[in-house]
Amino acid sequence: MAARDDWRRVRAIARKDLTTELRAKAGFNGVVSLAVTILVLLGLSLGPDGEALRNAAVGAVWLATLFSGVLAFNRSFQVELEGGALEPLLLYPGPRWTIFAGKLVANLVFVSLMVIVVMGVGIVLFGITIPDRWLALIGVTALGVVGLVVLGTFYASMSSRSTAREVLLPLLLFPMLVPVLLAATSASKALLGADLMQESGAWVRLLIGYDLVFLIATFIAFEHVIEA
Amino acid sequence: MVDPNLSSLSDPAAPPRTSVLLGVAAFAAVVAAQSFAIATSPAEGDMGHLQKIMYVHVPGAWMAFVSFFVVLVFSVLYMARRRENDDLVAASAAEVGAIFTGLTLALGMIWGKPAWGVWWVWDARLTSTLVLFLIFVGYLSLRSFVDDAGQRARWSAAVGAIGAINVPIVYMSVKWWRTLHQPPSSPATLDSAYTMGLRLNAIAFLLVTIWFIRKRYEIARLERGVENLAEAAAMEGK
Amino acid sequence: MPSAIEANRLGKRFGIRWVLRGVSFGVERGETVALMGPNGSGKSTVLRVLGTLIKSNAGSAGVAGFDVGRDAQEVRARVGYLAHTPGLYDDLTARENLEFAADMLGLPNLSVESTLERAGLGDVAGARVRGFSAGMQRRLALARLMMRTPEVLLLDEPYANLDEAGVELMNSVISDVIASGGAALLALHELAPARAILDRTLTLADGRISAGDRQLAAAF
Repeated sequence: MAARDDWRRVRAIARKDLTTELRAKAGFNGVVSLAVTILVLLGLSLGPDGEALRNAAVGAVWLATLFSGVLAFNRSFQVELEGGALEPLLLYPGPRWTIFAGKLVANLVFVSLMVIVVMGVGIVLFGITIPDRWLALIGVTALGVVGLVVLGTFYASMSSRSTAREVLLPLLLFPMLVPVLLAATSASKALLGADLMQESGAWVRLLIGYDLVFLIATFIAFEHVIEA
Repeated sequence: MVDPNLSSLSDPAAPPRTSVLLGVAAFAAVVAAQSFAIATSPAEGDMGHLQKIMYVHVPGAWMAFVSFFVVLVFSVLYMARRRENDDLVAASAAEVGAIFTGLTLALGMIWGKPAWGVWWVWDARLTSTLVLFLIFVGYLSLRSFVDDAGQRARWSAAVGAIGAINVPIVYMSVKWWRTLHQPPSSPATLDSAYTMGLRLNAIAFLLVTIWFIRKRYEIARLERGVENLAEAAAMEGK
Repeated sequence: MPSAIEANRLGKRFGIRWVLRGVSFGVERGETVALMGPNGSGKSTVLRVLGTLIKSNAGSAGVAGFDVGRDAQEVRARVGYLAHTPGLYDDLTARENLEFAADMLGLPNLSVESTLERAGLGDVAGARVRGFSAGMQRRLALARLMMRTPEVLLLDEPYANLDEAGVELMNSVISDVIASGGAALLALHELAPARAILDRTLTLADGRISAGDRQLAAAF
């Protein structure tokens, strides 16, 4: 019974976050627009040579995702802070991991939607041809997004409540995402090419390990950071 | 009203005797180890005497790892038993670790300029150390942004533990990133002429690290003691 | 029978400023007590410590027989807390806000409609909270409180922005809790709306409860 209550809470929080963000005027659209703008600026500063752009494409897509993701993560806790809703949220019975899990689910949905748009725009602007192994490419991207969202949501639970939230989240998050960035970009580049060295498999294993390790670690640590 | 965590120091102004002994021993060890290493290591082929920088650069890197390990252990301890002293040890180790990491980076660059001709190459070890440095900086920045001592301790413990877990993953991923595309570019592996010097310096640096962390911890405890006295005063009157 | 609320030399500081410097008082079951004091005197802080939202730097407190530090979960299950800010989701409707609360509380969704009616919000159930007046938001926050019957009520400026009917509703909720053996602590800056239900007042000044609770009669 208690477990079913907990999953009900997770679903309730995820549904609430998704609903509020989709209804908020400047919410999701703003974040996606920012990601596309960053991509355009990267294209302008790294191009216009087609060869240079194609080489930079994977990195550009991931950087645009990272920078806009930071906004999305802070916003996921902003919704609680604006109306003072965090206090009632913390007063409900039940374990706190349900709050983290609910926000994780919502952020996964948002960032995935954002990545789809960014990749689409990136393919066009940076002149990418869709490879044979595009399914594997999606898999790699998905694994990278999971790592990004897990740590992003975790650090945002703290940074959003600090006075220095704009700088604190990137400062904490970006160094931690180095393995994700390296793995996702290296594997993606390999898959876009011929993957002569069969390296994408190794990177995928790294991503899976990273995602599992930090999923567990953040769930355990969340209890300690969410209380006032 | 006095913090029960604070054990009594007989004279708060004077450091405990063991601490002084440790400091003297550490200083002596460094002098001895460095002298030995500099005296016994022959000039290396290309780099000449520049190679001797390794005797500070490499132990420094190892001590950064040791510090990070201390941060991990005490962060987990704090989350388990919520004792303020555990947080203070972790924070002290993080400061010491940040300094050692910075030192390692600086020396790596100073070594690299004559050796490679440029100040920076995206060499696996140097890059990993830079990321490690940024993780330390993030931890210390977080602490400076949080006023409430309890919240600062809880957040630091979580961030410290999770950051420390990432260290081996960062090193692994950066190494793969470099080696999968090019042959390794790290400096030539050391032969046995150098290992004794390195080992001695490692031990000496370990003593120094322990002493640094301990001193920093003592200072943190004194700071906390002052805060406790202010707390008591506020509760009594004024 | 343990007291409903017991505060023992509570101390709380924010940065270097000490807001609470040894707050001690008790509230027995069946009592409705007002906590008064000027703005910034720490009334909200006392309620938040009692409600387990923040931890004190010194002292201890017990609510409904449980220590707020060690047994925070137990305290939360028995306390109804109404904050100064309504704590609602502006982009959800009134109904959606209560449905969310029902999900989080583990209550059936059926109770939502009846609660909205009782709180006088039946007409606006499908409207987004963003368009609500301050009084309506407070009613909705009260409605959320009404979904359970807690043992101890901690109310921070409960009458703010409420019209006469709203004040009556608030008092009836408080009376229900008292009638079932609970207690209520209200942080107020004005006694008038609570006159009918108050038993006594406490005054918070300079971080402490000033010596000598005044009986309600003396305040008037």
